[in-house]
Amino acid sequence: MDSLVQVEALTMSYGSKLVQRDLNFDIRRGEVLAIIGGSGCGKSSLLRHLTGLQQPARGTVRYGAADINSEDPATVARLRRTFGISFQAGALWSSMTVGENVMLPMELFSNFTPAEREQRARDRLAQVDLADQFDTEPVALSGGMRKRAAIARALALDPELLFLDEPSAGLDPPTAARLDELILRLRVEQGATVVMVTHELASIFAVADRALFLDAETKTMTALDAPDELLAHGPEGVREFLRRGARA
Amino acid sequence: MSAAVPAPAEPRRSRAFLKKRPGWVTALGLRVRESFAEAQRTLLFIGEVALAFMALLRGKATLRWADVLWQIDQAGPRSVAIVSLVSGLVGVILAYMGAVQLQRFGAQSFIADLVTIGAVREVAALMTGIILAGRIGAAFAAQLGSMQANEEIDALRALGVDPIAFLVVPRVLALVLVAPLLTAFAALVACAAGWAVAAVIFGVPPIEYLYKSLQSLTLSHVLIGLGKGTVYCLLVALAGCRQGLHAGRSAQAVGEAVTASVVQAIIWIVIAASALTIALQRLGW
Repeated sequence: MDSLVQVEALTMSYGSKLVQRDLNFDIRRGEVLAIIGGSGCGKSSLLRHLTGLQQPARGTVRYGAADINSEDPATVARLRRTFGISFQAGALWSSMTVGENVMLPMELFSNFTPAEREQRARDRLAQVDLADQFDTEPVALSGGMRKRAAIARALALDPELLFLDEPSAGLDPPTAARLDELILRLRVEQGATVVMVTHELASIFAVADRALFLDAETKTMTALDAPDELLAHGPEGVREFLRRGARA
Repeated sequence: MSAAVPAPAEPRRSRAFLKKRPGWVTALGLRVRESFAEAQRTLLFIGEVALAFMALLRGKATLRWADVLWQIDQAGPRSVAIVSLVSGLVGVILAYMGAVQLQRFGAQSFIADLVTIGAVREVAALMTGIILAGRIGAAFAAQLGSMQANEEIDALRALGVDPIAFLVVPRVLALVLVAPLLTAFAALVACAAGWAVAAVIFGVPPIEYLYKSLQSLTLSHVLIGLGKGTVYCLLVALAGCRQGLHAGRSAQAVGEAVTASVVQAIIWIVIAASALTIALQRLGW
């Protein structure tokens, strides 16, 4: 698989507080990469750095030749339109209905007619089991439903690269399993590359091709490999982390 | 029974509060540095808004008119009641205070000149700006601040959408379009209130008041009044959006942004009012 994103010597910090340092890895086209690690180790921060929403203290995040943190705003905006991003709490636009949330990216960046936009939005919502919530206000959705609606919005423009922040956290097991199936289907049918931050170990073993482990103590990545391989031969801390999921 | 219920514990003070406070020179230096940084962020924001408007004028950006119309509805028709109340009362005060002084010289018929010129040229714009700072500027800060706290603005950025063009431009444009209408309406209400006070309390014949009122009013008074109202409302929109868009990611930060937007808007309005009044008088307009 060829490399879609190259991360080199990435160091993340909040002011003087170091979050993670010297991260070096690539994201391969068509893979599902899980970013794992203990709470507060910087998983969501890494996602924000990968999408250029946060500037790194050092290092680069390259999409081909383009460094997302040093390109001009127009290039970054164009680049971002090839992403789909689902945030941890959904981040649905509260002044719009769920359907309008899913249709907005199409309205702004596609040539679909209003009828086509609506049909596609309904299809995307059906993919995440929210077909009947098209006209609902985001405030009326449960936390899990908001996450799924955010995933539907992230899928609106058939992105090449999908970033999901804790997609199945807080979902009931059958819904989480259906979400895993959806991720696998996206990879197989659309050739999408998926990067997901997750604590759900069952999901990691179900869908991830590789898992990147961020260590909260050493503040750097300590492992990157297939989850089964990490469970069998990874560093002790990573094995211990994953064993709980394997037993679950 | 009461003994079984423990007394509520005193809230724990944060560690930051217990830290040793810096000396006054250090504190002053830090304050000055922070003020400069704030001013720099504000100028940067105003520059970004100006660029977004230029892109719009040059046809390089699109505007969602539905958003502009929604904001116009919020800022315009829904502000009429409060603008009527405040402008009417200010008209009463203006007429009453003026009449009491003019009566000493037997010149109460000049209340019309005083109220009309005062309301049309200065007071209507000022009151409209201050009312909208509390009603609309604060709402802008709260809306955008909440969006910031809920990562909704990040979701826009992640989509490659410029939040200034998408969120700020419609709000600023709506307020600028509504400003002259509300200012004119406020002036009309203040003049009507002044007319009622003059006629009912000070016995000025209503027709004479209207005649003198129209005689004192010139086109330059009207244009200056409407222009000032537009400038003040522009400042209100900029202060509200600036504070909201740069709010922190907590409920407390949203509250602080709302307070800051109102304070900043009122300070900007007063500075602009002083500068415009002096400049326009000097220019003889």
